[in-house]
Amino acid sequence: MANKLIELVGIKKSFGNKTILDEMDLFMNENRFLTLLGPSGCGKTTTLRIIGGFEMPDCGKVLFEGRDITNTPPNGRPFNTVFQKYALFTHMNIEENISFGLKIKNKPKNYIKDKVKYALKLVNLDGFEKRMPDSLSGGQQQRIAIARAIVNEPRVLLLDEPLGALDLKLRQDMQYELIRLKNELGITFIYVTHDQEEALTMSDTIVVMNKGYIQQIGTPEDIYNEPQNAFVADFIGDSNIINGVMLEDRLVEILGTKFKCVDEGFGNNTPVDVVVRPEDIVLTKPGKGIIDGRVVSAIFKGVHYEMEVEACGFEWLVHSTVLVEPGTKAGMWIDPFNIQIMNKPESEDEEIFIEE
Amino acid sequence: MKKLGSRLLAGPYIIWIVLFTVIPLCLIVYNAFTNSDGSFTLGNVLAVTDYVNAKPLFLSLNMSLIVTLVCFLLSFPLALVLSRYSSNKNSIIVMIFILPMWMNFMLRTLAWRLILLNNGFLNKGLGILGFNPVYLMNTKAAVILGTAYDYFPFMLLPIYNALVKIDKDIINAAKDLGATGFIILKRIMLPLSLPGIASGIIMVFVPSMSEFVIADMLGGNKVYLIGNVIEQAFNSGYADVHLGSGLSLSLMFLIIISMVIYKFFDKGEGGHGLW
Amino acid sequence: MVKSTKKTIEKIYMVLILLLLYVPIALLIVSSFNASERNKAVWGGFTLKAYIELIHDEIVMGALYNTLLLAFGASFIATILGTLVCIGMINMKNRSKTIIMGITQIPLLNSDIVTGIALMLLFTKFADLSFATMLIAHVTFIIPYVVLSVYPKVLQVNLSTYEAALDLGASHLYAMWKVVVPEIMPGILSGFLLAFTMSLDDFSVTYFTKAPGLNTMSTMINAEYRKGIQTEIYALSTIVFLIVLFVLFIINRRSEKLYRQQEESGVVL
Repeated sequence: MANKLIELVGIKKSFGNKTILDEMDLFMNENRFLTLLGPSGCGKTTTLRIIGGFEMPDCGKVLFEGRDITNTPPNGRPFNTVFQKYALFTHMNIEENISFGLKIKNKPKNYIKDKVKYALKLVNLDGFEKRMPDSLSGGQQQRIAIARAIVNEPRVLLLDEPLGALDLKLRQDMQYELIRLKNELGITFIYVTHDQEEALTMSDTIVVMNKGYIQQIGTPEDIYNEPQNAFVADFIGDSNIINGVMLEDRLVEILGTKFKCVDEGFGNNTPVDVVVRPEDIVLTKPGKGIIDGRVVSAIFKGVHYEMEVEACGFEWLVHSTVLVEPGTKAGMWIDPFNIQIMNKPESEDEEIFIEE
Repeated sequence: MKKLGSRLLAGPYIIWIVLFTVIPLCLIVYNAFTNSDGSFTLGNVLAVTDYVNAKPLFLSLNMSLIVTLVCFLLSFPLALVLSRYSSNKNSIIVMIFILPMWMNFMLRTLAWRLILLNNGFLNKGLGILGFNPVYLMNTKAAVILGTAYDYFPFMLLPIYNALVKIDKDIINAAKDLGATGFIILKRIMLPLSLPGIASGIIMVFVPSMSEFVIADMLGGNKVYLIGNVIEQAFNSGYADVHLGSGLSLSLMFLIIISMVIYKFFDKGEGGHGLW
Repeated sequence: MVKSTKKTIEKIYMVLILLLLYVPIALLIVSSFNASERNKAVWGGFTLKAYIELIHDEIVMGALYNTLLLAFGASFIATILGTLVCIGMINMKNRSKTIIMGITQIPLLNSDIVTGIALMLLFTKFADLSFATMLIAHVTFIIPYVVLSVYPKVLQVNLSTYEAALDLGASHLYAMWKVVVPEIMPGILSGFLLAFTMSLDDFSVTYFTKAPGLNTMSTMINAEYRKGIQTEIYALSTIVFLIVLFVLFIINRRSEKLYRQQEESGVVL
């Protein structure tokens, strides 16, 4: 296993009487793209700000390469931050913005000049030295904010929803750009977003958070294919989350129908949450599947049709490239491998979110 | 479709400012360039260069620059401290600092009279502490003190407003890039609050430049400012409307020149800063 | 450690400035209760005499009445004219807007003394000085504050809400009154308040445009402060200060309530 670069130990943070983070433990390895993902108010930005040194945790420690940096101010940490709304210095031109950190460190003039040039090239904005921040588009300002951070050669780059204010197309371009930057620079990126697609596209590791707790840590594939609880399943992609009873190993009863599955070790007759991704449901002729239902609605989504199928009193979300007309009957078949069984949540917070 | 805001709505206001702002100014200009018999003259406008008028003018200029400087030096650090308090509570704290502004300006000046009179509170206090009395009443210092006290909130408020508008993340970004307190102050806070500083300077400098009643109350007839000269030209036994107009015009001109110099720093936001 | 020293210095600085700001006012208040007539720095015993005389003093009460009437009347007129012109400017060409805003700035950049003299020259040419001339003068110099408060709000008005109101069948006047005016209300209120304050505080403009015998608080103080009714003026300051404190208290209560509502509605950091 690689070295732990940053480690958070027992971090607690509350604002007023509102607890934002509760007993959080987390570590990050060198040269990874780690994403903190969750809905607004889940504590992801606070976590990032604690790492950056802009917030003090109420208790707990922040370690960098094993050294305690909890009380080190932001300017003493080998990290740099790209802020949500860019936070460019509007009264300075681009060159002055980017060279701000280097000038403070009293680097030689030539070195600064080369660095600024290199950074601008890296973010594809050569020749922008003398422009003012206000004259740039959102996407360009974003790149400048990144350039301003990376010229200081931080060990870790912290990014706080940096693409939030950009439109869709630009956001997608910037995602590839960020991956390229990370590979070129070879440093750790810690990235905060509420956009699951962004997280799945860019990350090596995703940390899913909700209500101040870490829900799951894993690779994008893990998180998508093997969500550990209903919150993660619901938050990442579309899914059908249904109450079920685990009758015995490899057999689950959903809405009165028995389904084969591959999960074991839940015990007998245990209430569970069952997750089925809409693209994993195969529509068949009536009677040919495991259960029969009636198609209620169908919407064309480009690559596939999104259909709602009513069966056994539950509306199943189904994605299929073949259209079944609303009003007709259809059978549904699910590969046992694609049925994901999860324990019922213990924390009330998770429950609340699902009800919402 | 009829659009929002018929231009006719601007009518009453336009009539009002033409009648009561533009025409009166034209009257000043007309009076300034004519004699009592109606013939053209430059004498009234050039009167400002006479020693009797130039001396009060320079005294006014000198004193209002000092007043502006004193107000700035006192209010900038205060605005900085106030802007750091979290934004919900601070409205009341800031209110406490500008509250004296709502006391009548003559009452505020009168208070300083109570303090500075030769047998007033200041010398009473000094006497109790065993110091020799100071006779500030009817001196330049008294007028500067009184004027600075009166106009202090007008400097504090725009600077404070400019400082609180600075995004916290801008300061965080500077810290993140290695800047420490003094550099943040010099390279971030000061330049970003320049518009506020500029409008504060205007709001203190302009009125103190033409002040005459504070000089009356705290300076006796020992401190004679250009405002006093102009007032005398209209209200004394030797009233001369033409001379008074000429001097007013010169004063306006001087203020406008100062404004142009400051406009250089003020990127179109001046005047908006007060509230 | 360093941080706490810095905090202490900041606190001391704030307290020093507060002392500087409030000691003069405190001395005014103390003086109003001081029975010693000649020198207020010497305590001659506690008395409420000044307050009793104040109520019966026609000069002081008349000035107070004039001040308030003038401030209310002038800021009312100024607010209406100023708000109307701001709405009217929405559809103007940029050049007309620049000209109007330019002229608006004149009374602000002109010193009060010049504004006062200019108006006096106009009034004395065509009429006698009276309460009406004072009112006109006050409206003239406070109007810019209204325009500068309301205009930025007008620029922010979302035109589509107005069009939506029309689309839903509202008349122009109704849509303006129900949709646009509420949106710019904060600007109108702060403009009114600012105009009111400026009118209350004015000396120079009133001084040059007032009718003989008619006084506002400022001109009354200027005429009387050397004479015998000093103590009454100090009593008046105490009352003014208490009123100001009371208003501040109300505003604070309201904004605290507003803040609490915001917090309850779940604004998350």
